[in-house]
Amino acid sequence: MYGFLIAVGILFLLSIIWMVYRIQTLVSVVKGSDKKIASSSNKVNAMLFVVFLLAGGALMFWYSIKEFDNYTLPLASEHGAVTDNLFWITMAVTGVVFIITHILLFWFPYKYQYNEKRKATFYPDNNKLEVIWTIVPAVVLALLVIGGWKAWSDITAPAPENSHVVEILGYQFAWEVRYPGMDNVLGNYDYRLINEVNNQSGVDFTDKNSFDDFSSPVIYVPKGEPVLFKIRARDVLHSVFAPHMRLKMDAVPGMPTRFWFTPTKTTEEMRAELGNDEFEYELACTEICGRGHFSMKKIIKVVTPEEFNKWKSEQKPYIVNNPALVENLSVELKELADITISEYK
Amino acid sequence: MATANVASHSAHDHDHDHEHHENFITKYIFTLDHKMIGKQFLVTGIFWALIGGFLSILFRLQLGFPDMDMTFLKPLLGGWIDDGGKLDPNFYLALVTMHGTIMVFFVLTAGLSGTFSNFLIPLQIGARDMASGFMNMLSYWFFFISGVIMFISLFLENGPAGGGWVVYPPLSALEQAIPGSGMGMTLWLIAMTFFIASSLLGGINYVSTVINLRTKGMTFSRLPLTIWAFFLTAVIGILSFPVLFAAALLLVFDRSFGTSFYLSDIYISGEGALPNTGGSPVLYQHLFWFLGHPEVYIVLLPALGITSEVIATNSRKPIFGYKAMIISMLGITILSFVVWAHHMFVSGMNPFLGSIFMFLTLIIAIPSAVKVFNYLTTLWRGNLIFTPGMLFSIGLVSFFISGGLTGIFLGNSAIDIQLHDTYFVVAHFHLVMGSASFFGLMAGVYHWFPKMFGRMMDARLGYIHFWLTFVGVYLVFFPMHYIGIAGFPRRYYSFTTYDFSSMYTDLNMFVSVAAIITFAAQFIFLFNFFYSMYRGRKASANPWRSTTLEWTTPINPGHGNWPGEIPSVYRWPYDYSKPGASEDFIPQTVPLSATPESNLPHEQEMVKLEKEIIAEEDVVLVANESKES
Repeated sequence: MYGFLIAVGILFLLSIIWMVYRIQTLVSVVKGSDKKIASSSNKVNAMLFVVFLLAGGALMFWYSIKEFDNYTLPLASEHGAVTDNLFWITMAVTGVVFIITHILLFWFPYKYQYNEKRKATFYPDNNKLEVIWTIVPAVVLALLVIGGWKAWSDITAPAPENSHVVEILGYQFAWEVRYPGMDNVLGNYDYRLINEVNNQSGVDFTDKNSFDDFSSPVIYVPKGEPVLFKIRARDVLHSVFAPHMRLKMDAVPGMPTRFWFTPTKTTEEMRAELGNDEFEYELACTEICGRGHFSMKKIIKVVTPEEFNKWKSEQKPYIVNNPALVENLSVELKELADITISEYK
Repeated sequence: MATANVASHSAHDHDHDHEHHENFITKYIFTLDHKMIGKQFLVTGIFWALIGGFLSILFRLQLGFPDMDMTFLKPLLGGWIDDGGKLDPNFYLALVTMHGTIMVFFVLTAGLSGTFSNFLIPLQIGARDMASGFMNMLSYWFFFISGVIMFISLFLENGPAGGGWVVYPPLSALEQAIPGSGMGMTLWLIAMTFFIASSLLGGINYVSTVINLRTKGMTFSRLPLTIWAFFLTAVIGILSFPVLFAAALLLVFDRSFGTSFYLSDIYISGEGALPNTGGSPVLYQHLFWFLGHPEVYIVLLPALGITSEVIATNSRKPIFGYKAMIISMLGITILSFVVWAHHMFVSGMNPFLGSIFMFLTLIIAIPSAVKVFNYLTTLWRGNLIFTPGMLFSIGLVSFFISGGLTGIFLGNSAIDIQLHDTYFVVAHFHLVMGSASFFGLMAGVYHWFPKMFGRMMDARLGYIHFWLTFVGVYLVFFPMHYIGIAGFPRRYYSFTTYDFSSMYTDLNMFVSVAAIITFAAQFIFLFNFFYSMYRGRKASANPWRSTTLEWTTPINPGHGNWPGEIPSVYRWPYDYSKPGASEDFIPQTVPLSATPESNLPHEQEMVKLEKEIIAEEDVVLVANESKES
């Protein structure tokens, strides 16, 4: 019933619009305004550009200022300060260009709207102007690029020797996190060894570096010390995105990638700063990977180095939790593994 | 004063024979006439724009109103709406994918370039038709077949392709990873193969027509900027589309024949390890973006060309910096091939490559900036007439600025780390390439409608359409910048999983409402378009008082365009408001010798040369006449 009423209403509305349209067409024919080069609508359109400029500009400034704290994410990494800075410098430069060009673009239509008595200025070229507005943007862009290039080189430089290594493996639709244990060396892996019951990352336990490797449901990292994410994927592309760390790197099956950073604020510090007791650093996927793309959440806990070391020493390696993993090793390796297991007991 | 000099030959019947033997099929379906083929592309493009737009409304409903009960869509979407009235997440991804594919390829490539390159090239350079009418017809029909296949894929049980319009493997190669990568992806690849063939056939035709079939006097330095744009677009297409074909072909091999071009070290949950090793998903990305980035300019350049023409005509002023405009377009054409990897800064490719591509990317901003400044200067001290075409052109310039400036953020690899694959990117490319090109398309339709159908579109409906669309587009895409800076990733079915993205539900709702209104406003255009085609006011021969050649044809030109001899060209296409001239425009067909009062000093010298050409032409005319008698 409602559907029928809505349909009638829409039909009614359309027929009114239709009648208005026909009437104004006929009126314009009678008036002969359709013969004129520029009708009175010309003035209206010219005005509307100015209205749009003022209203749009006001809306933009109002919203940008009002919402500033909402759309600027809290920052918690060293390199993030550099890229944020670059972002806002670029925003200032492009913002000025944006405003000036738009003032001209919308003011000219008003100022130079058609007038029968006037003739447009025949002004086909001016090489001096062209050179100026080729060189000025070139110089400005060059400066921006050089800033970006320096930051990019630093961020993508090899990680410091003392970085804490964390392996992050993306799969549909979660992340598996592996720590290298006390030796800070991750054991080898092979995707053919993956076992969804007890070996999500395909760790190769014939490599003794893997004996103290452990997994964690939460990514713990220490504040103020470099952390190296070693990133992998095992089915399709994923992308590690830690928005508060200004960190993003694709996870590619068959091609390990990496990203290192230094966290600057612990989760507790950030909670205090934001006055939000439930705040957590989050890790998301930003490369389309299928049905659950939007829900590959992982928590990053930034803690003090002391807390980090304490936490790390409490973790149990894969093989301790699941001795079956090393059952079929050669005698020598099995012995080594058993020693490791006994150390943790 | 001079618009009529062509008609003087029409007394002799030079009509082409085949025009008298046309039936419905050869005239409207398997036509060889470039004008009809252009219209076919246009109408098909409009059809696809509606489908593509409608798909975006569906996923905007999900994003704006995540708790909405969508049961009312069940009659249309069937099983894609679950029993709780929720949209299926896989289908959400398919919607996003199809929206992108349709808009980029079917609407803004075929609908824009296909329409106006076909329609305008012969008319504006003074040719009877395209170099090969048959290839031109094939070009349309390959596009049509491609569309049919893509359309069918929408109705598959497992849905159409769902890996994003870039269809990155391994997602697009593995049916186990997403249902859309089954039959849907197969049809996507077949459809794209036909599409690539269509664009190549078209492109080769455009290039050879522009090079070979220009009328007497139409040198490259007298070509309207539209033609320059179409010409360079075709060159880009010819050089880049084959690479997409290569990428697609290797993907077909990986999908169907067990090769490992893109696949390596893959373990499927619940199934086990796949045997593929040694492939590289990043290789696909390189190949894809080798087309993908030039593709941006394939959709943008024609729009910029159309805008140049419409702005000059309606400013009653020559386009400022004609040569600078051509040089910028040439620069963009060349640079468009060496910037592709800026889509891949965080794909895991060597960071050194990232540095190189950052430099190259920001260089391409320079010719774009020059174009903007030239548009602004063209408006300056003009005598502006706001036809709907002119409004859309000004709108285009605005989008080109807004979207272009955000490109400076994204082209900077350090800043891109945070912004990559967020809504900032969505805002950026929807403004600079989506909306700008769409406005170019609209400007072109409003401006050349009288030439296409011999009737005028209603201007007032055009104004309403423009303002609703212009404001609407900004209301849809401007807020996305904030959402993007806040870090919201794109292609997300829902934002509530994360705390950092659990805000802005209000803004997303606002965007969705704006999108629905903007989409609805397009029906004003649709009505105007089809109604005016039959019932619009009859057009005069040169309604915008323009200088270019197409307006010297009869109001409803037949196959062959000019009933008599093809007119010769004596001047550049932008002689608007020339000092000394009595009218504010001098068509290209008016000899310099006929306008001594307005000639510039260097033009006065050319008058002598021109007289020789006219004499030569007379000889031809006399010869033709004697043949007939």
